[in-house]
Amino acid sequence: MTTLRVKVWRGAENGRFQEFEVPRLESQTVLDVVTHIQRSLDPTLSYRFACRVGMCGSCAMTVNGRARWTCRTHVANVAADNSLEIAPLANLPVVKDLVADMTLFFDKWAKARGKFHPTKTRRDGFARVAPDSAERLLVDAAIECIGCSVCYSSCDVVAWNPDYLGPAALNRAWTLHNDVRDGARRERLAAVAGDAGCHACHTHMSCSERCPKQLAPTASIAGLKRATAAAALKGEL
Amino acid sequence: MNTRSQILLWAAQRASAVVLALCVLVHLVTVIYAVRSGLSAAEILGRTRGNLAWGGFYALFVAALAVHAPIGLRNALSEHLRWRGWTLEAAMLLLAGVLLVLGLRAVWAVFA
Repeated sequence: MTTLRVKVWRGAENGRFQEFEVPRLESQTVLDVVTHIQRSLDPTLSYRFACRVGMCGSCAMTVNGRARWTCRTHVANVAADNSLEIAPLANLPVVKDLVADMTLFFDKWAKARGKFHPTKTRRDGFARVAPDSAERLLVDAAIECIGCSVCYSSCDVVAWNPDYLGPAALNRAWTLHNDVRDGARRERLAAVAGDAGCHACHTHMSCSERCPKQLAPTASIAGLKRATAAAALKGEL
Repeated sequence: MNTRSQILLWAAQRASAVVLALCVLVHLVTVIYAVRSGLSAAEILGRTRGNLAWGGFYALFVAALAVHAPIGLRNALSEHLRWRGWTLEAAMLLLAGVLLVLGLRAVWAVFA
């Protein structure tokens, strides 16, 4: 049986890679590899996963230098010479082994006003949003984010400017900006503008390149740049 | 610097980039024409001196550059050297002034 040589990050920020040998199986995913290590070779290995089917966004890690969702990443597609190097997500503090601390990532969603602000109460009727309306189509293009942080981990600007809100939070803000039911558009535009917001984006497009859901946060950020610039020129910000 | 000013800086850099793209294009075509036609320095000066169109064009080129470069450098210095705050803004304002003065001096030299 073929074996995989797998280097796995152990410890926190000042850790090191530990090497394991894992049996190579058909249709094996990177998450299968990590699970094999924890269940059969070293039960002290820490990692995070939940759904295993690409819905929850929990299992993202750095695989051979590139952020990926491990549950949907087949070993056959990434393990050149049957070797893997698995590390925690970049641009986030390491808790232990393959577990990154996501606190800052989700705090930035809150900073970007990533929460829906309703304008109606439960006593009002349902809002009617035409599926083919311009705003709804923009929301559709960006709404399927699973919060895996692959984009955040891949972003050069996040690495250079720790205050930068990052692609996921800005993408979320863009979906709410286009939500005709939302009542906090101006406050949200103010929250996502400027040197720590959408204007810091250099359009490197790593987020769009690596998003496992094939979203384009770069396009969402460009939309926010246009919206905030228009608001600033009108004196609304 | 407040958020509105940051947005306006971004908008100014994009707008100046559009102007620069056109200016660079016209400038390159002019240089290629001058070289291929074998114009001497005296012949070039003969066409630029007192010519408001050329003077105005190169003054616009310099102005766009003086706006564009310091804003871009501000971002680069902030990201790579973590230099932020009023000292950075003051330094970039100074750079804009130096670029403007040196550039307009050069324009004046071929116009006057």
